[in-house]
Amino acid sequence: MEKDVYILGIESSCDETAAAVVKNGREVLSNVISSQIAMHTLYGGVVPELASRKHIENINPVITQALSDAGMTLQDITAVAVTYGPGLVGALLVGVAEAKALAYAAHLPLVGVNHMEGHVCANFLENTELEPPFLCLVVSGGHTHLVRMKDYGEFEILGCTHDDAAGEAFDKVARAVGLGYPGGPKIDAEARKGNPQAISFPRGHIEGSRYDFSFSGLKSAVLNYLNQAEMKGETVNRPDLAASFQAAVVDSLVSRAIMAAEEFGEDKIVIAGGVASNSCFRETMERECRAHGIKFYRPRPIFCTDNAAMIASAGYYDYRKGIRSGWDLNAIPNLKFGER
Amino acid sequence: MKIIGIESASMTASVAIVDDEVILAEYTINHKKTHSQTLLPMLDEIVRMTELDLEDVDAIAISGGPGSFTGLRIGSATAKGLGLALDKPLIHIPTLEAMAYNFCGTEKLVCPMLDARRGQVFTAVYRVDGELPVAVMEPAVLDLEELLAELQKLGEKVIFLGDGVKVLKEKGLGSHVLSCQVAPPHLSRERAAAVAALGLLYMKAGDTVTAAEEKPEYLRVSQAERVRAEKLKAEAQG
Repeated sequence: MEKDVYILGIESSCDETAAAVVKNGREVLSNVISSQIAMHTLYGGVVPELASRKHIENINPVITQALSDAGMTLQDITAVAVTYGPGLVGALLVGVAEAKALAYAAHLPLVGVNHMEGHVCANFLENTELEPPFLCLVVSGGHTHLVRMKDYGEFEILGCTHDDAAGEAFDKVARAVGLGYPGGPKIDAEARKGNPQAISFPRGHIEGSRYDFSFSGLKSAVLNYLNQAEMKGETVNRPDLAASFQAAVVDSLVSRAIMAAEEFGEDKIVIAGGVASNSCFRETMERECRAHGIKFYRPRPIFCTDNAAMIASAGYYDYRKGIRSGWDLNAIPNLKFGER
Repeated sequence: MKIIGIESASMTASVAIVDDEVILAEYTINHKKTHSQTLLPMLDEIVRMTELDLEDVDAIAISGGPGSFTGLRIGSATAKGLGLALDKPLIHIPTLEAMAYNFCGTEKLVCPMLDARRGQVFTAVYRVDGELPVAVMEPAVLDLEELLAELQKLGEKVIFLGDGVKVLKEKGLGSHVLSCQVAPPHLSRERAAAVAALGLLYMKAGDTVTAAEEKPEYLRVSQAERVRAEKLKAEAQG
């Protein structure tokens, strides 16, 4: 029998400081997340310098907690996995420098992990039967990607956004209608009280590239709608607007995933990233997959948000492939999917 | 007693191992500012060269700021990671104090200065004729004119060092300061050996922190905080 592999994952790419211990890439033994949302809310969005300062203060207690929740010490750990991109460079550097020193002093191998690949691997944490190949929609505040995971660690990008990320559109619209930050959960809650067919918003598409996304046109349409209502002195029905906007985003995402599944003959679709915890997105994806005979997987919301368990899972599969990072590992803020 | 010193507050990347009276090794680079790629490989190099068993290290002394925000955090996170894995304390050494310690023994005042951009420097003034540097002017971020006014008031001979000296020279200031002297190259920059050597004295005085507690001293709030504070102040007045 193969020896069990315990990966300590460390994540600090944006505004969550996180550490986790995962057994054999699948079994979460601990998952600690220190969120900074309350602080960034004061500024209406993530302030990179403040995020980096918080990471430095939080990182040791978060790692210590992750080890103790798992009932382990560093001696029990097989390797350290750390997010080295994409993300905010100052924020990434805290996790990278910490993980390198920790692994170095504890004589452990180090594996640098792509944050986006980590999001995809969040699906392995609870869906034990899930294996590649499958299609994945990775949707967050910074990214909107439709990818095929062909094998562990092997990704093919089918489409991505040409302007705003889906989560970014949520944040901007939420700010415009006075719901504040973070936009995703606020729009989601507001939309539940509204009618998604009340207002007809455009579904953005890119001429000639069927799997790419565009959300800036939709965002502008929402802003125009608000301006016109203001000029006419009309009150906007906020729940209806939130529901109609959300329906337009979800429709763009879901229709392309289903179309790609049919073209590539994939029978599994998974979703990942912060926006994957949006209730309308989850429900619509589930319904459409069932209607098309496709198996649908999604992580629990706690594994959709930035976390280190997903980094440990991705790190496990990289580790198994023999991938090791050197002590000169650097943060790469614009690291692409499938890149090293 | 063995202490690892780490210095990455500005352009200089430096690591050292001090064993009581002896600097076992020091590795300093004043090249491009890619501390993330250089600092740990440099430490690994001197650890191997000196056949050091990391478990034998008593503490990690870290140059704790002020300086470049990112540079400080790379050094801090490196020290915190080492401290966590080795279960050893950290020693927080003010960056400017370690720089002044290069001139331990002189009768002159020592004024380290680091380029803080926007025409300002991170600076302090130390008297170093005793065992430990004593701040005559505490670390602060100042316009050069403000610093020179302070030095005029003190009216003593001064040695300048640090990359802030070039800002001074560019502005053509300093000539009116009474008998100032600029440090020669081998004493003019941050050095991890000074951080570790001072760390030894701090350690003996029981002045350590845990790896969890350690964080850089930035001496400057972030731009977002400054803008917000100004806005709130304007609102309160309006």
